[in-house]
Amino acid sequence: MIEREVTIRNRAGLHTRPAASIVKTAAKFKSEFWIEKDGMEINGKSIIGVMTLAAEQGSTLLLRFDGPDENEALTAMEQLFESGFGEP
Amino acid sequence: MNHAEQHPHEVKLRGIPGSPGIVIGPSFLFFKHDPTVQVRDIPAELVDHEVERLQNAVARSKKELTKILGYAEQKLGADQARIFEAQFMLLEDPVLIDALFERVKNERKNAEALVEEEFGKYQRIILSSKDEYARERANDLEDIRNRILRNLEEQKLVSRIEGSHIIISRNLAAADVLVFSRNDVLAYVTEAGGATSHMALLARALKIPAVVGVHQICNQVQFGETIIVDGYNGLVVLHPSPETIRHFEKKRAQYLSFEETLSNLRDLPAETLDGHRVQLSANVELEQELDFLKIQGADGIGLYRSESMLLGKEVFPSEDEQYDRYRRIAEGVFPKQAIIRTFDIGGDKFMAAPTHENNPFLGWRGIRAMLDRPQLFLDQLRAILRASTLKNISIMFPMVTNLKEVQLAKQLLAQAKDDLRSRGLIFDESIKVGAMVEVPAAAVIADHLAKEVDFLSIGTNDLIQYLLAVDRGNDIVSDLYQEFHPAVIRFLRRIIERGKKPHVWVGMCGEMAGDPLATILLIGLGLDEFSVVPAVLPEIKKIIRSIHYTEACHVAERVLGMETEDEIKAFLRHLMKLKFPEIPIG
Repeated sequence: MIEREVTIRNRAGLHTRPAASIVKTAAKFKSEFWIEKDGMEINGKSIIGVMTLAAEQGSTLLLRFDGPDENEALTAMEQLFESGFGEP
Repeated sequence: MNHAEQHPHEVKLRGIPGSPGIVIGPSFLFFKHDPTVQVRDIPAELVDHEVERLQNAVARSKKELTKILGYAEQKLGADQARIFEAQFMLLEDPVLIDALFERVKNERKNAEALVEEEFGKYQRIILSSKDEYARERANDLEDIRNRILRNLEEQKLVSRIEGSHIIISRNLAAADVLVFSRNDVLAYVTEAGGATSHMALLARALKIPAVVGVHQICNQVQFGETIIVDGYNGLVVLHPSPETIRHFEKKRAQYLSFEETLSNLRDLPAETLDGHRVQLSANVELEQELDFLKIQGADGIGLYRSESMLLGKEVFPSEDEQYDRYRRIAEGVFPKQAIIRTFDIGGDKFMAAPTHENNPFLGWRGIRAMLDRPQLFLDQLRAILRASTLKNISIMFPMVTNLKEVQLAKQLLAQAKDDLRSRGLIFDESIKVGAMVEVPAAAVIADHLAKEVDFLSIGTNDLIQYLLAVDRGNDIVSDLYQEFHPAVIRFLRRIIERGKKPHVWVGMCGEMAGDPLATILLIGLGLDEFSVVPAVLPEIKKIIRSIHYTEACHVAERVLGMETEDEIKAFLRHLMKLKFPEIPIG
């Protein structure tokens, strides 16, 4: 299992489109993926879960991967968060 | 089968002219689904059937979304289309969809009730956050919920939009019209809406005939039957007889040949016979209209509705993104001028306030909303300034109510200029600034406003609705929305007289500027600029080029002495019939 904290960079936070990007990226890997915020944990491979996270700009999330390709999955997800999902 | 059933009697339905043009073609009923869900118990032996219903509904919803996604990618680009991709993913979501099927199996309730409950749960979680974008996410969930519910009832979406059709609906949003416009739509007919609804405006911009405010048409028309739509006169004919069809075909041909003669006016100025020159510009919403307005012979853009770029967006576009758009507008219209109106949000348009407003038309809209969000406003002002290097851009502020708003906006503009200077960027230092006159208070203080700006542009749609206290979108009272109410004419006279200064011109960018019945009157009232939808531009130019300014002044004086709208309209109609029998008057 591997964990990492990330920050939301884009202005609008985790709205529908970034949520879709996260789930699509997660789906490429076999590892289980969980996102934790303020004591709430959701399945990162479920778009409805990601959409219900109230993650505004500047908030931090804990990403947790568990599985054979957890390192690769984390790297890909970190890149996605760092890019601000390609949004301002 | 008797004869009457084979050839039902012709039915003429009156509505309000939304967008000009005559078409004869097959109808296409478009129902926006309005779900009302009832809870039912499902007997044990029918649970499997209920699961199957849900499976089918989800499968159909996916199929629909795949199609919509394809359209969206073509029309809005891949980036915007991702909204529909996300909706599609919701339909495959392991948590959401699995839970739904589990509940249908275990709780023995109808699928509709459980879909509503399950989605409602997530919507409540999302809306309970303070995140200002939460509402958008909740709306996305609602879209997908409604899609599943509709498919559970086995109602078809407009999936077969191939072929040429007349779209008939209870109500259409501007976004619906945009999405439909990719198809070969012959005309739009709606039950709701007034002549100046946003949907009608867009139909006109796209040159698609439309009739709005046609009561109960959805109950009377069937899929695929041939109907006639007369967008000039706001008329719809059901079950037309062969004679009626011939009559309208002839009428249609007349209008078309008239429009052809108008194209000869393209390169000629909007000038009266006695040399009084006015500016005749176009209102523009979509970038795709740029070529069209050149064909129509416009003197530039009198109103670019910048809020159109918010369509389908969840967040405000960045400064760079806006700059790209404005630069393309500036380059596209060069060497002519373009007036960019800062975001006019709120009211019935696009992004509403994040909080509920009981009366949005009297609420947080136009410059009010932007002054409250100075960072967003500065982004926009910097973007416009950066696009002004060709010196053909002006800025206009919407919904101005008092002088201070203009002064504050100008302060922000000065700040935006400073920002750009410190970034070493060039822009038009003497960029012109204008205010819209669409609130009665602004009309009353037009002389004060004129001291702060380079031009005033009268937005008649809102001005009339505020002056007459009539909601133009409310079809119960929309006939009280009178462009030619004597109070409106007096008000226009007052704005033009007091607003005009040696260096300040007064124009009009509302619907009235494009109403051929008003042209002579407006010239006579001294209007300097007309900004109209591109579709009607040649017609207005023809009228201007065929009259004397002195004569128009007499007309204005006579009209100012009249006491009722009926009297004014009858007089102007008579005048138009005498001088321009070929021009269709609504």
